[in-house]
Amino acid sequence: MAGAVLEALRARFGGAILETTSAYGDDVAVVKRESLHEVAAFLRDDPAMAMSYPCYCTCVDYLGMELLTISPTTPLAVPAIPSSLPEEAPRYAMVYELRSIKHRHRIRIKVPLTEGDLKVQTLSDLWPAFNWLERETFDMYGVAFEGHPDLRRIFMYDEFIGHPLRKDYPKERRQPLVRREFSDE
Amino acid sequence: MGLEIATTKLEDAANWGRKFSLFTYPFVTACCGMEFMSVAAPKYDIARFGAEFPRFSPRQSDLLMVVGTITERQGPILKRVYDQMAEPKWVIAFGVCASTGGFYQNYSAMPGADQVIPVDVYIPGCPPRPEQVLDALILLMKKVQEGRGHSQVRHKRERLAARGEGG
Repeated sequence: MAGAVLEALRARFGGAILETTSAYGDDVAVVKRESLHEVAAFLRDDPAMAMSYPCYCTCVDYLGMELLTISPTTPLAVPAIPSSLPEEAPRYAMVYELRSIKHRHRIRIKVPLTEGDLKVQTLSDLWPAFNWLERETFDMYGVAFEGHPDLRRIFMYDEFIGHPLRKDYPKERRQPLVRREFSDE
Repeated sequence: MGLEIATTKLEDAANWGRKFSLFTYPFVTACCGMEFMSVAAPKYDIARFGAEFPRFSPRQSDLLMVVGTITERQGPILKRVYDQMAEPKWVIAFGVCASTGGFYQNYSAMPGADQVIPVDVYIPGCPPRPEQVLDALILLMKKVQEGRGHSQVRHKRERLAARGEGG
C-alpha cells in the first residue's frame, strides 16, 4: 500500500513532483509551488486517492539547516549553520498532511518556498478546514496565501510586527499593547 | 483633631466590613481555574471567609482574581476589567503565570499581571494549593483592614492632596 499514492502522483504530474520519499512509512512528496493546487485537487477528487481528511498544514523554517533534500538514508538533516542563505535557496517549506478515511492512506506534501517569494496558493477552497490553519501559518511565518478569503492574524494582535515562529525572531521579544505607569507608587 | 479620629475609626469600621464581604471577579484564563473552583467548592470552602460569591460583572465586584496566564493580547482587556471595578478594589495574582509569567518566557506571554494593574497579593504555585489561596485571602483581609491595599493607599493620597490644595 505504501508508495501507491506517490506512484500515482509521479505518473500523473511527473516534473511537478520534485522528490518523493517513504522514510519510516511516511510518504512524502515534494511538490513545485505552481502545481500545488492542481495536485491537491487531484488528491481530493480522484476516487483512488479520496483524501477527505486534511490533518494539518504548517510551515517549516529551515534557517541554519541543510535544505529540504531529506533522503531515506540520511533521515536527519545535519545543521550546516550558514551565516546567510544563497539567494534562491528555499528557506521555508509548507507542509500539508492529508489522509483518506476511505482508503486509509495518507501523504505529506512539502512545498519549498524562497524567502523573497513567500507565497503559495490557498487550499482552503478545497478543504475549508485549512482556512484557520493557513491564517495561523500566515501569522506565525508570514506565508501569504493567494486566494484566501480572510487572511488576517489569528493568534497575535494586529499591532504585532513580524512573525514569531521564524527562526530569526528573538523568542523573548515582547511587543506590549499596554503597560502600567509605575510613577504613582 | 477630633474629626480626624472619628473618620479614622469610621474607616476602620468600613474596612472591617469590606474584608468579610469581598466580592470576587474571577478573571480565569488558564488551568489555574480548576484550582480556583476547588477553592470555591465545599471542601476548602472560600465562603468561610465571606468571599464565596463570584460576580461575573466587574462593576459588582471588588476583588479581582487574576487566575492564569495573561498574554500580551489580553493586557488591554485585563486593564479594562480592572478600571471598571468599583472602588475600593483589590487584586490577587493567582499562580506563577499571573505573578511573573511563570515558565512562559516568550513573545506572547506577559511577565505578570502587575505589568498592567497593581497587584496586592501574589500566590506562587503551578497551580497553587487551595490552602495557599486561603492563606493569600487572609493576608489580603489583613491588608484591607489596615488600609494598605493599592487602591486604598491611592485614595488616601488623593484625599490628602485634595485637602492640601483646599486649605
